[in-house]
Amino acid sequence: MFIKKKPETNRQKFDFEELDELYREVILAHYRNPQNRRQIEDADIRCEGFNPFCGDEVFIQLKLDEQEGVAEVGHQAQGCSICKASASMLTELLKGKTLEEAEALSRAFHRMMRGAPTSDEKANALGGLKAFQGVLKFPIRIQCALLPWAALESGLNEYRARIKDR
Amino acid sequence: MIDAGAIRHDFPVLSRTVYGKRLVYLDNAATSQKPRPVIQTLVDYYEGYNSNVHRGVHALSMEATQRYEEARQKVAAFIHAPSAETIILVRNTTEGINLVANTWAASNVGPGDEILLTEMEHHSNLVPWQKLARQKGARLRFIPVTHDGFLDLSDIDELLNPNTRLLAMVHVSNVLGTINPVRELTRKAHAVGAAVLIDGAQSVPHMPVNVKELGCDFMAFSGHKMLGPTGIGVLWVKDDLLQEMEPFLLGGDMVKDVHREDATWNDLPYRFEAGTPNIADAIALGAAIDYLNDLGMKNVRDHEMQLTRHALEVLSELAGDIDLYGPKDPSRQGGMVSFSSREVHPHDLGTLLDREGIAIRAGHLCAIPLVRGRLKVPGLARASFYIYNTEEDIDLLVAALKKALTFFRAKGVAASHVH
Repeated sequence: MFIKKKPETNRQKFDFEELDELYREVILAHYRNPQNRRQIEDADIRCEGFNPFCGDEVFIQLKLDEQEGVAEVGHQAQGCSICKASASMLTELLKGKTLEEAEALSRAFHRMMRGAPTSDEKANALGGLKAFQGVLKFPIRIQCALLPWAALESGLNEYRARIKDR
Repeated sequence: MIDAGAIRHDFPVLSRTVYGKRLVYLDNAATSQKPRPVIQTLVDYYEGYNSNVHRGVHALSMEATQRYEEARQKVAAFIHAPSAETIILVRNTTEGINLVANTWAASNVGPGDEILLTEMEHHSNLVPWQKLARQKGARLRFIPVTHDGFLDLSDIDELLNPNTRLLAMVHVSNVLGTINPVRELTRKAHAVGAAVLIDGAQSVPHMPVNVKELGCDFMAFSGHKMLGPTGIGVLWVKDDLLQEMEPFLLGGDMVKDVHREDATWNDLPYRFEAGTPNIADAIALGAAIDYLNDLGMKNVRDHEMQLTRHALEVLSELAGDIDLYGPKDPSRQGGMVSFSSREVHPHDLGTLLDREGIAIRAGHLCAIPLVRGRLKVPGLARASFYIYNTEEDIDLLVAALKKALTFFRAKGVAASHVH
């Protein structure tokens, strides 16, 4: 026989505070309405990221202008809300940036997601990405936020190697 | 009948809280919790008679050897193996399958031969065969899976043919819970001369399993999914095949006589257990089997069927929000339910439920070809049950699911108009 117990009273609500920090409005807005979700056929840089543990996948394409600035950016992502939102925000932030600026932004984001202290100036440069700070309280989910950026970095590295060989 | 409410008290971890809430552990297909007698057995070994087996003439070694071999006998009796000599103690199911791939299959599979698998295999019963097939020029073939999660046997008489050397299949799917007709398929496979390996990782812990009755040639399973410690698993091999199998790992304990240029192999099953084995965990697996035998495996199965029936019933309240996968029939599936939400990714569900103290598994469940290829979903959430779970656990899961969906739905809606 099953022993029926009265459910504990503290089950009545979630630990809202931390969950609210993880699932910030802006993150779920991007999840529901991802930006630049399209494939760019004639892209100059193609980025791919996979997380074998959870199966998340991110693809990003960049088209450059003559000054090596990001003229167009598109993405496809399959994964959780954190991963998808991170990919969507990445594409929004990258448009119009030079590759150096894109790399600097990626470095700053990685620093933030390691929990390293950041100067106000650098924190401001992160813009909407600051919303991902709440993910730090959920260590297992940090990799979700980082996957699109790791994909970007490996895509940029490949591009540089290709350019050098030319 | 199993009194899960009473059994819970034997499992120390179940009394802990997670984020201030009682732990509701529904990830038993990944690993089970351990009862006090199993934990105590480990302590007793290390505090009372820790020593190496099969070689010492002193009291401790003889004691350890006796307990280690008793554990092997318990394993043999548990799955109705004809003798303890056919039980090889390994690390886990994966190692058992790899052992077969590297020994029996390496000498019995050749170019043009076929290995028949199912589309619902765990990666552990797929990737070793991919490598072997590549090395040998053999071909992998697959029994398809229907959308309800059953094997589609309409082409089985072509899939099993004189070229088939091995049928390697899961007894109970770790993704859908489907109980496969392994006995019937074993007969069909033998009729064309193929050997049969059964992945028993999700069946042996949860229902009576009799290898003689199934008629298979190999059966692999893990101790940690059946109340035992991690790091100990079992490979059972039918005696005539075992006799002709070459050893897998070579070294101490697996030899009878050693010369400078060659060596002769020890008797079975020691030939397959090179080096100091996992003594403590093997003995503790014996304690886990004692515990399960006290409950009775038929009762374990009945309890899980009742929980599955209840879970399917209460989850159906969420129809429209939650899609259920698999047979949806308690008599045809193991004690688990897999589901997904169209709005909330399984990992987000997992995080939200975790905050309620509820542990489930989320993701591709180590079966990417089934989840992505056949079911065509990015991932699934899975709640899997064991002897200490109650209907209340499942009610708490459903209540938390409702809460999670409400919480998630309220988020990011207003802001999405910004774009």
